[in-house]
Amino acid sequence: MNSDVTDFASLAPAYPEVLMALGILVLLLVGVVINKERSALVSWLAVGLLAATGLLVMLQPTDGVIFNGLFIADSFGRFMKVLVIGGAGLALILAMSNAEENGVHKYEYSVLALLATLGMMVMVSANDLMSLYVGLELQSLSLYVMAAIKRDDPRASEAGLKYFVLGALSSGLLLYGASLIYGFTGHTNLGEIVIAIANEGRSVGLIFGVVFLLAGVAFKISAVPFHMWTPDVYEGAPTPVTAFFAMAPKVAAMTLMIRLVMDTFAPITSDWQQIVIFLSIASMVLAAFAAIGQQSLKRLIAYSSIGHVGFALVGLSSGTQVGVEGVAIYMAIYVAMTVGLFACLLSFRTDTGYVETIDDLAGAAQTRPFVAAIMAILMFSLIGLPPLAGFFAKWHVFLAAIEANLYVLSVIGVLASAVSAFYYLRVVKVMFFDAPIKQFAAVPGELNIIMAASGFLVVTYYFTVGNPLASWAQTAAGSLF
Amino acid sequence: MTFENSILTLLTWLPVFGAAILLFTPKTALNAIRWIALATTLVVFVLSLALWQAFDASSAGFQFVVNMPWIGDSIGYRVGVDGISVLFVVLTALLMPAAVLASWDVETRVKEYMIVFLVLETLMIGVFTTLDLAMFYVFFEGTLLPMFLIIGIWGGAARIQAAYKFFFYTFIGSVLMLLAMMGMYWDAGTTDIVRLLGHDFPVGMQTWLWLAFFASLAVKMPMWPFHRWLPEAHVQAPTAGSVILAAILLKLGGYGFLRFSLPMFPDASAQFANFVFLLSVAAIILTSLVALVQTDIKKLIAYSSVAHMGFVTMGIFAGNALGIQGAMFQMISHGIVSGALFLCVGVIYDRMHTREISAYGGLVERMPQYAFAFMVFTMANVGLPGTSGFVGEFLTMIGVFQVNTWVAFGAAFGVIFSAGYALWLYRRVVFGALTKDSLKGILDLNLREKVVLYPLIVLTVVFGFYPAPILDTTAAAVDNLVAQYSAANGLDPAVAQADARAPLEYVAPAEGAAQPADDHAAEPAAH
Repeated sequence: MNSDVTDFASLAPAYPEVLMALGILVLLLVGVVINKERSALVSWLAVGLLAATGLLVMLQPTDGVIFNGLFIADSFGRFMKVLVIGGAGLALILAMSNAEENGVHKYEYSVLALLATLGMMVMVSANDLMSLYVGLELQSLSLYVMAAIKRDDPRASEAGLKYFVLGALSSGLLLYGASLIYGFTGHTNLGEIVIAIANEGRSVGLIFGVVFLLAGVAFKISAVPFHMWTPDVYEGAPTPVTAFFAMAPKVAAMTLMIRLVMDTFAPITSDWQQIVIFLSIASMVLAAFAAIGQQSLKRLIAYSSIGHVGFALVGLSSGTQVGVEGVAIYMAIYVAMTVGLFACLLSFRTDTGYVETIDDLAGAAQTRPFVAAIMAILMFSLIGLPPLAGFFAKWHVFLAAIEANLYVLSVIGVLASAVSAFYYLRVVKVMFFDAPIKQFAAVPGELNIIMAASGFLVVTYYFTVGNPLASWAQTAAGSLF
Repeated sequence: MTFENSILTLLTWLPVFGAAILLFTPKTALNAIRWIALATTLVVFVLSLALWQAFDASSAGFQFVVNMPWIGDSIGYRVGVDGISVLFVVLTALLMPAAVLASWDVETRVKEYMIVFLVLETLMIGVFTTLDLAMFYVFFEGTLLPMFLIIGIWGGAARIQAAYKFFFYTFIGSVLMLLAMMGMYWDAGTTDIVRLLGHDFPVGMQTWLWLAFFASLAVKMPMWPFHRWLPEAHVQAPTAGSVILAAILLKLGGYGFLRFSLPMFPDASAQFANFVFLLSVAAIILTSLVALVQTDIKKLIAYSSVAHMGFVTMGIFAGNALGIQGAMFQMISHGIVSGALFLCVGVIYDRMHTREISAYGGLVERMPQYAFAFMVFTMANVGLPGTSGFVGEFLTMIGVFQVNTWVAFGAAFGVIFSAGYALWLYRRVVFGALTKDSLKGILDLNLREKVVLYPLIVLTVVFGFYPAPILDTTAAAVDNLVAQYSAANGLDPAVAQADARAPLEYVAPAEGAAQPADDHAAEPAAH
């Protein structure tokens, strides 16, 4: 461990974070100095900053534990950071067209998104309950404001407030859990905690702490029964903001969960497994049934994301390296599908605004064949139908669950995925089998590119990214063990 | 890149390549779209014939094998065919041009239509050529996607319910199979089918694996009572959709039983054989009776498909060479015959836009050539000696007779009933007086329809008199399968095979073609 923080070179593992933090400060100045109409510049600069940080993460890999054990950089963290940064950058690009209408044209939006991303990067690299909480709160506070950034819209304000109240509650749960763990092990450093648990064994107080801590994190990944905010926030927030919520924060919180249970609570695997299995089953089953009745597209996507978190947790339940690998691949594919999905959603615009309900998409296959085709491909992929990427995501996580002999969980999981097919297919049915009723506005160029890229990757997964992604995830997961 | 290691990859992915060309063809260029689709399917057909030609029927193992790791530790790129799968590749490639030609008059969203069909062809050929367990599931399940769209977009009035039913019946069964495959992966440490075939799964595990595979394959087959989706899907699907569904997609179930259930889970297969017999006989008798009362032509043929698939499952689980050879033959024959029957229905549906039996009658007066074609296929469906339908039914019945006489006794009723519903259908549609005004102007087969139907007539009759090309191709692989299955169940493999050869010689005179059967009988003895 290196305590000499004055030596700049010793910060090498945290260079990406440092770059982000400095960049954010500069962007804040840029935003204040130039006038507000040119906030598109700030958006592009923000995307550029994310790209630079992402490149730094990938090209300058430096492993290490710094800041007196508060911060860890390993290949697992890098994998997830790339996903976080990618998700955040893509969500910012999605926000560029019709920014004014969505209320995200102010430069503060980009800066907040970057701050949230920085928070997520800290979460991903947190090696101490303190840094974990700091990262989490930096992320959450930024997200609360982003949810309510369209101030004049009562629905957005409601979403922001709801998110804030419930988010604060979950932070409280998490802190309470952290304090219990500190109380019963005497450490806040994750590495020390695992040694303490291994030496002293489990105690009731510790288990309480684990439950509260995991409950707090479960709120962030919106696993049932801590999911109540998700449909409301997804629906109320402007669509580009929802896109942001749906990708990077999920990945970051999932990483946190993985690091906590696989590393810190490894000695009490059978205890946390029960919690994760419960979260997983509850998320998959509830999402599958609750989404059936939804009319609103964004609520549907909210339930879909809850379900997908459940599926990702199937991999985590196994508590094995194959499981972590599966979750990592699952999150990567989930981000690729989600970005395409939101690009489709933002492409369906009529004169009066964005489409809200599923029925508004009627006959889209005839009026907007390209967008409808991509959306249909993504829907089939979200079902987990081969040969699309979504299938391979499920393949990896269920493979881990079967290896760990979690047969009941697996059977419930695949049956839930069969039920969930019902509501995904309804979107396809409305677009392809029904007659058109609406005319849609022209699609901005960058959305077309994102949709094409997402569709291409999802369709050709087996041939293109499947192998490199799997081997990269394997390396990443290996660094945790 | 030699013929040996590229032919299967080429065959599998060529249709998708054609679809990609279509993607960049303007959607108003209807004729170009149709010709590109037809040309692609024809090239695939020619390649499949080249494959069959190059296939060494005397070897029981896989040929044209490519085997390399691909995604992570689990999924690989593995292809290869043996005597069991090679014919399905040819069958698929044979029927696709027919399906494209039968769709020549489709006017709505032609581009999407042809793309979806070509993608479907890749997936179907992929099922038969892949030697990777996970990729088998990918192709097997992937066929749901195009078929869902085909029924849902180009189907009849009640298409949406039919498409959903088709999707969910198949999907729910299949996900359980997926879990079973993962279990197999962890037990054997590979998804390579060739190595899995040599792996002994623990007996207790086999039962669960068998049941999980059964959940998927029995729905796909479909076996009674999991067949409820089939009549609806058939009735609502467009003609080409019905053809592909009946001719090829149903065979995926039978192929799965032959590739996985029987060789990999022999103990469980033996244990469940009587259960399968029961369902098969129930299918043969009950669905034949149900077919009798149908008023919709397509529905009647759909129910008859379920009955004929009953012979297939019965033959497969007889577990002897005769039964399995018969099941293979029955699947190929049914592929040709039921495909052709749906094409025949399509011919009159295109003219009259109704499938009600009562709307027709006396067609022979205006459509003699149609009446002839329809008659050949009806007779093949009944199982008249001299048509391909007879060989399969007869072989499966002898095969099962050795194992369980009562099952053969029950199945024999199916032959009688099938004559009942098929001939009655033929009488009501084709014979009688042409009294309905709407039918008075109906035209006989046009050139395109003749091009589609006549080759199938020739195949039906040729294979009826000379089944050797099919039986010889499958013989080595089936004998190998039977030997393994008998060995695993403690039967004397020599007995099962000796039994198989002797009656084959005995079958031959009944078909009027002693020579080929002699060839076939002599050939397995060589190894």
